[in-house]
Amino acid sequence: MKHILLLAGLTLAAHSAAAQETTPVLTVYAPDYFGSEWGPGPAIESAFEEVCGGCDLQYVTGDVLPRLLLEGTRTSADIAIGLNTDESKKARDSGLFAPHSVDTSALTLPLAWQDDTFLPFNWSYTAFIYDNTKMANPPKSFQELVDMPDDVRLVIQDPRSSISGLALVLWGKSVFGDKAGEAWEKLAPKVVTVTKGWSEAYGMFTDGEADMVLSYTTSPAYHIIAEEDQSKSAALFDEGHYFLVEMAAKLAGTDQPELADQFMEFVLSPKFQNIIPTANWSYPAALPEDQWPEAFSQLNYPQKAIFLDENQAADLRDEAIAEWQTAFSK
Amino acid sequence: MANRLFKISRAPLWPGISAAMLVAVLIFGTLAAVLWRAKGFSALGPFDLAALRFTLWQALLSALLSVLLAVPVARALARRQFPGRAALLALMGAPFILPVIVAVLGLLAVFGRKGVFSVALGWIGFDPVQIYGLHGVLLAHVFFNLPLAVRLILQGWLSIPSERFRLAASLGFSPRDMRHLLEYPMLRGVLPGVFTVIFIICLTSFTVVLALGGGPKATTVELAIYQAFRFDFDLGRAALLSLMQFGVGAAAALLALWIAVPGGFGAGLDRAVERWDGRGGLAKLMDAGWIIAAAGFLLLPLLMIALRGVPGLALLPASIWAAALRSLWLALVSVALSMGLALALAIAVQNLRRRWARGMVEGLGYLTIAASPLVMGTGLFLMIFPFANPVALALPVTGLVNALMSLPFVLRALVPALNDIESRYGALADSLGLTGWARLRWLYLPRLRRPLGFAAGLSAALSMGDLGVITLFADPGAATLPLQLFRLMAAYQMQAAAGAALLLLALSLALFWIFDRGGRIDADT
Repeated sequence: MKHILLLAGLTLAAHSAAAQETTPVLTVYAPDYFGSEWGPGPAIESAFEEVCGGCDLQYVTGDVLPRLLLEGTRTSADIAIGLNTDESKKARDSGLFAPHSVDTSALTLPLAWQDDTFLPFNWSYTAFIYDNTKMANPPKSFQELVDMPDDVRLVIQDPRSSISGLALVLWGKSVFGDKAGEAWEKLAPKVVTVTKGWSEAYGMFTDGEADMVLSYTTSPAYHIIAEEDQSKSAALFDEGHYFLVEMAAKLAGTDQPELADQFMEFVLSPKFQNIIPTANWSYPAALPEDQWPEAFSQLNYPQKAIFLDENQAADLRDEAIAEWQTAFSK
Repeated sequence: MANRLFKISRAPLWPGISAAMLVAVLIFGTLAAVLWRAKGFSALGPFDLAALRFTLWQALLSALLSVLLAVPVARALARRQFPGRAALLALMGAPFILPVIVAVLGLLAVFGRKGVFSVALGWIGFDPVQIYGLHGVLLAHVFFNLPLAVRLILQGWLSIPSERFRLAASLGFSPRDMRHLLEYPMLRGVLPGVFTVIFIICLTSFTVVLALGGGPKATTVELAIYQAFRFDFDLGRAALLSLMQFGVGAAAALLALWIAVPGGFGAGLDRAVERWDGRGGLAKLMDAGWIIAAAGFLLLPLLMIALRGVPGLALLPASIWAAALRSLWLALVSVALSMGLALALAIAVQNLRRRWARGMVEGLGYLTIAASPLVMGTGLFLMIFPFANPVALALPVTGLVNALMSLPFVLRALVPALNDIESRYGALADSLGLTGWARLRWLYLPRLRRPLGFAAGLSAALSMGDLGVITLFADPGAATLPLQLFRLMAAYQMQAAAGAALLLLALSLALFWIFDRGGRIDADT
């Protein structure tokens, strides 16, 4: 049985290799949510295939960076998409990526961006989402959140298994500095549970298990646009919000360098950028605000971005997680 | 039997030995591949030992509770006949096979703040239940594993020939005599294995523990492995943690093999089991209480999953149905693989002469669930990558890993049953010269029908619900149903995801029912 399956698999692999000779294939490694049919992947694929002049964009989905690190220089990836600044240092240090040649002046990020390898394609802020029909006075600052009565119920994600969970811990560390441990201790009784990933936490929130959930300032846009539900809002904090950006990069060992460069250019083009808001539910990285979907412009929008570059994030990470873990284990 | 002077070649051993070798390669070879890539172990983190302690503690309590509660429920089910009993038995397989995320949301719909249980408590003036914490983890683990324990223990009860009960009745056994002469010896053969399997499943639990544990106090080793792999890319640490998990699992398996003493009730004539014990009013009341409590506890969350899923069914896109078909096909492949492997292993366990060899083969069969799916997936990826495109092999690899993950449960069903068969009919078969394949064809397979059906159902349903090694082997164009469900959730589409969960639940149950039913055709109970 095993042999038959193995044989079938090998035939399949050989098959796809044969197809490669006719149409150039651009292999894009992407996180699962990006490549799935409910993510931005399929629309981006067909948009790019329209402009590339006879190419085939193929996604490989899963844990992008661990997989690339496992494969090393033998990877068949041409592009990696969906990396963020909390992992880009490890990605950069691997030497697997090549500089892009894209003019980044089109970027519309809320802060200046200098990076010749990793190119932002969308971004958002972490925020606590609440139901505005049930919570009349949401906290106006991180401090107020920490000081809220203990009967408020929060659900967050674990920084050891989730990007947004890690962002929360770095956010708190940036706001409270040396006092972060104390702040987490005060927050802990309000946190009913800590989930492995975003989906579980958000599912619990929409099921009414919690009053607030750690998510993104762009989350309410989904409910407004897809469900015509105005009841979800992001609580804005005076101290600012943690800026999370997702990036694309070209692999140094790509066998389709021209196509990869073309894709990197495409990332900042209006076609790509217009797909982002309502497919990845994030702010587009290179689209002026007046061209965003209406619901996005209406969202309450943080005044201050808290941004840690990859070196700062990497330096703070272990300490910040340990502090959080100690406080939450008491 | 063990003292036989000369050895009769009863059944071919080579399939069992090859199966054991394949399993060993898959669980230890993958670990070795990860280690080789990591170039050695790296040090543990400061929280890792605390994680190990918590992991052991919750797994111990979960397994103990599941088994202790399962005994009275299985006993009640064994001696009572009532309309809907067969349906109840089939439905009870369901919690075990649900993807954890679905089960957690189902449990919360009952025991969460807005859950029906809490609402009902509110009517009579109580506060809602606080599910988060160690007790929440235990609740979830009992929810998952109680049905498995009940079914395995029930099988033990049903393996006591009806003649023993007849004899007990004519000798005027008191309930105490029943316990000491019939039930305890049977339980001693069955319980250690059931306990161990559940203990090991709970060892590798991760999503449930985190979601219901209420915070990082409830950290298991598997989470540390995930962190080491996903965030730190510290393969050495992942491998070391995984080895620790193996060590604990192996110790538990050894202990179980040492404690378990097969019941040995001798042969019966396969008459329908008729029971004369437990006819008193109190006994009936108690049994009814256990059955109703267990059914309520297990079925209410399933009902909630079903109710919440109905509106979502209409939202499901066509691709979900394609994914469902793919999952069904995958489940059938898994069943074929796991049945083949388990039967070969079980026959080897039964017929190997040396106790240590038997122990090794059986222990290996337990250990597949002690393997971290993440480490196994990574190891397989490292083994396949130099030769072939892992994505092209996504479905066969997933099928194989799913088969491996169901192996311990399948073995739990087959090993005691096979032991029974040999002790009852072994001598007769020997004297008839029934050896080799003939023994398999004419003795083992017909008499294993019931456990085989149950095990196949379990294996199929488990495969349906499993996300397994998907992180490294996902083929975006060939997603399985659980993966699509997860993707729907990740895209905010909670309602459609609930619909997909209902579909998954229904398909898994149907598969389980068909196999389990098939195994019981012509059987009286």
